Amino acid sequence: MYVLSAIVCLTILGLVLGLLLGIAAKYLKVESSPILDEIEALLPGSQCGQCGFPGCRPAAEALVDGLAPATMCPPGGSALAEQLAAMLGLDLDLSAVKEPELLVAKVSEDTCTGCTRCFKVCPTDAIVGAPKQIHAVVADACIACKKCVEVCPTECLQMHPVEVTLRNWRWTKPTLSFDESKLGQAL
Amino acid sequence: MMSLFKNPRIRGGVHPEARKENLSDEKIVTQFPLPKTLYIPLQQHVGKPAEPLIRVGDKVLKGQLLAYSQGLVSAPVHAPSSGIILDVNDYPAPHPSALPIRMIVLETDGLDEWFTSPVPEDPFQLTPEDISLRVGAAGIVGLGGATFPTAVKLNMGRENQIDTLIINGSECEPYLSCDDRLMQERAEQIIDGVRLMLHGMESDHAVVAIEDNKPQAFYAMQSAAKPYPLIEVRQIPTQYPMGWDRQLIKYVTGKEVPVGCRSSEIGVTIHNVGTAHAVHKAIRHGQALVSRVVTISGGAVGRPMNVEVPLGTLISEVFNFCAVDLEQTARIVMGGPMMGDSLPHTGLPTVKATSGLLALTQHELKSSDVQPCIRCAGCVSVCPAGLRPLDMANNIRVNQLDAAVDLGLKDCISCGCCSYICPSNIPLVQYFKYASGEVIARQQAQHKSEQTKRLMDDRNARMERIAKQQEEDEKARIAAKAERERLKAEQAAQAEQESLA
Amino acid sequence: MIVNMRPKSGAHIGVKANVSFIMWQVMLALIPATVFGLWLFGWPAINLFIVTLLSGLLFEAVCIRLQGRAVKPVLMDGSALLSAWLLALTLPPWAPWWIGVVGSALAIILGKQVYGGLGQNLFNPAMLARVALLISFPIEMTTWANVSPLFFSQSPGLIESWHITFSGLENIDAKTGATVLGMIKTEFSQHHVLSEILQDYSGFGNFIGWARGSLGETSVLLIGLGGLWLMRQGIIQWHIPFSLLGSVVILASIFHLIDDQHFISPLLHLSSGGLVLVAFFIATDYVTSPNTQAGQIVFGMGCGVLIFVIRTWGAYPEGSGFAVLLMNSATPLIDYYIKPRIYGRDRQGKPLEIPKS
Repeated sequence: MYVLSAIVCLTILGLVLGLLLGIAAKYLKVESSPILDEIEALLPGSQCGQCGFPGCRPAAEALVDGLAPATMCPPGGSALAEQLAAMLGLDLDLSAVKEPELLVAKVSEDTCTGCTRCFKVCPTDAIVGAPKQIHAVVADACIACKKCVEVCPTECLQMHPVEVTLRNWRWTKPTLSFDESKLGQAL
Repeated sequence: MMSLFKNPRIRGGVHPEARKENLSDEKIVTQFPLPKTLYIPLQQHVGKPAEPLIRVGDKVLKGQLLAYSQGLVSAPVHAPSSGIILDVNDYPAPHPSALPIRMIVLETDGLDEWFTSPVPEDPFQLTPEDISLRVGAAGIVGLGGATFPTAVKLNMGRENQIDTLIINGSECEPYLSCDDRLMQERAEQIIDGVRLMLHGMESDHAVVAIEDNKPQAFYAMQSAAKPYPLIEVRQIPTQYPMGWDRQLIKYVTGKEVPVGCRSSEIGVTIHNVGTAHAVHKAIRHGQALVSRVVTISGGAVGRPMNVEVPLGTLISEVFNFCAVDLEQTARIVMGGPMMGDSLPHTGLPTVKATSGLLALTQHELKSSDVQPCIRCAGCVSVCPAGLRPLDMANNIRVNQLDAAVDLGLKDCISCGCCSYICPSNIPLVQYFKYASGEVIARQQAQHKSEQTKRLMDDRNARMERIAKQQEEDEKARIAAKAERERLKAEQAAQAEQESLA
Repeated sequence: MIVNMRPKSGAHIGVKANVSFIMWQVMLALIPATVFGLWLFGWPAINLFIVTLLSGLLFEAVCIRLQGRAVKPVLMDGSALLSAWLLALTLPPWAPWWIGVVGSALAIILGKQVYGGLGQNLFNPAMLARVALLISFPIEMTTWANVSPLFFSQSPGLIESWHITFSGLENIDAKTGATVLGMIKTEFSQHHVLSEILQDYSGFGNFIGWARGSLGETSVLLIGLGGLWLMRQGIIQWHIPFSLLGSVVILASIFHLIDDQHFISPLLHLSSGGLVLVAFFIATDYVTSPNTQAGQIVFGMGCGVLIFVIRTWGAYPEGSGFAVLLMNSATPLIDYYIKPRIYGRDRQGKPLEIPKS
């Protein structure tokens, strides 16, 4: 008797809950993934292609579909990786993130011919100049997309590491003498 | 029991071994041999760097203006001795990284010839604004190590109606004794400087706070201050970090400075004894700030001393004079051993912030054998700011910087108490400095990415506009061409008709 | 020579005490009570003590090895030795050898290493092991040997002790009995009152440790002295021990005054079981106790109240192990709610108001 009533109860319960789920799926359906736009907003948006995708929107789609890790975006560095991981609920292995070496484009004044090709392709208008005048890069606006390097006919535009000065020098993270990475694996 | 109620409890703090026994009984050495070349950084203060107004090859006198102050918070730089300007260029800065910074290089001529500004008969007849101007023009900054321009502080004091001026003579850092000696030997001058500062801030109450492990300095200052009832000389308990301005303000006045406020907003301002002495020299003698008393100490120093050195003297020359054994030196520290930073080599100049130069042996240093945190909570109980360093460091270790900020990372004063006490030798302060820098870097990156987006949007909009414009132009051109052709055709048709007719 | 050119931040100087120094100081403080306990219960106790310590070290070494780290520096920090030592002190002195081995395994592997090693564990390893043993092996863990000091005629000799430790105790009833707390619990269940139960109870004997009990818990005097010495050395603070003992004493006093036939006196509470050992050496464990002084007082009081409640109304005669574990689990919560006030901010973390003058 008890067995029978238990079977009946659970069957009814299962049917009712299943019905509810079905109704919810039909009437509370989310049309498109709003997270896609949020993730695209987080990404740098320079369409640099360093992740291997043809732009930030395709990269965001890959992230949402789980085809790319949170650490995919080199210019974003670990800060972006953390934000992405938090938003998508992904596991984050920060040891895989190499902090990007900060680069900035520089014009070699000896070889610049003032051809104006570079500042036509610069996505952030970081190169200033006029025809037949030597061009210059506004370092603060340069995002190191390297588009100018590709079009420069005289190779006078080159990427250089951002110089460390007292203004942007930072304390490094202390390293521990007991083996931390091993400890992490054991956890 | 009464004193328990009168004095607010001092939070946290440690009692490091003082290590200043011998030096506080020895006179300040004033005959430091004048170096051949001096390296004078343009930025020796908080704020904007000074702007040089001399040229290479110029001959300058001691105390002559080399670079003028630029902007609201800044300080000028003066020639520490007479001589010829050799160079204005980048040289390694007295900073843990020793990265280059702009400096004026001065070749001394050995005459040490002064250039002094005119001195008023009675400085108390000057307006308070004039006092500030003179202090500012003499390049005086906070000599306790914070190097905030003193004139700016005097102005803020005047605007906020200060009811207590605290003169910080606590010198709570171990090893250092330069302020102690200054108070013992030049008490009258310091008290005079305090009176001038009171005048400059239109305030009428000053408290000179001296730790009770410096009885000689206390008696000297007390007898010098006797004629002036406005100035009270008080002993405070010996404890590190008693010289932290906010701790001292709380202890002396009972007021707590809210986070994000300057102390002048609650009617208190604080200056170092060395600063008071510099104010005296600037106003009574017209001498700019061109030298300072530096404590040279540590286990590797053959002749430890307090010595008055011209600003810009290379540390190597100071160390030579004090017979420092570089073979024994495991670490060079500028400032005190608690808050000071390590320097990578001795080819760096002394600056206004250099209160001490320590050559520490391996034996004196805290062990760098880092062990896991055992949560002994020693750091929590010694933190004067009321933080929980162990939790902050644990979060930073796993890159949870936001969590560390929530725990109060920005309220950390880097006093070093937690690192001092930690039995696991965890470099806690370095974790916090790293995290603070990283937080700033991330904010900058965030800002840059926003700017980038804006720039790209602007550019895209412009491109679109241009394209549209071109399209319209093209359309117009086509239309015009069609019109022309139509006219031509019409004309041709007309001509045909006419010919037919 | 400047050895390391990398930028180093302050403080450049510091206290000389390091982790292993602290551990060795604690062990030093335990020596009087341990030596007394080993003497009091003779060779079987010494066997058990050695077995427990050695197996503790062995398990620690195996765990470290498995993690691929160097074994020697970790063993030298003394934490595994201390955990095993504390565990040994809480075991019945004539327990068989495998109780020590299983206990050490529980303490070191389950109590510490699975959490990530030193400083990461949520529960006190020694107490975790003791409670797990008590629940799993109730007979072995409640067989209390009679007082039988070394070199006394009726005490077991070296050879006999090996039998006791390694092949089990024969003739149990003649050589064992109940602890004071256990006896009181049993007698209460038979509706006896305290004045009958405690007819031949010697308060002084219990105080100096001449009584049945765990290997190192019997001498309140020596444990207390060790604890006070640790306090003087600055290794432990007064907050946890005093609030713990204080709350037990206050509660016991109140109930004893109300009914002195059914509630044992505060002095008996203090001088029996593991109360004092727990107060000075177990509850004060840095890793598993709160960070702030206020939090430590709450923690100590919580332990004290739980010990009193379990001893008075619980099924077990002694409750200190359970009490400590329960409060250990509350430690993160205490640390979350009891934080120091940051300078210039109020308790909620908002900046203070500028006072109007």
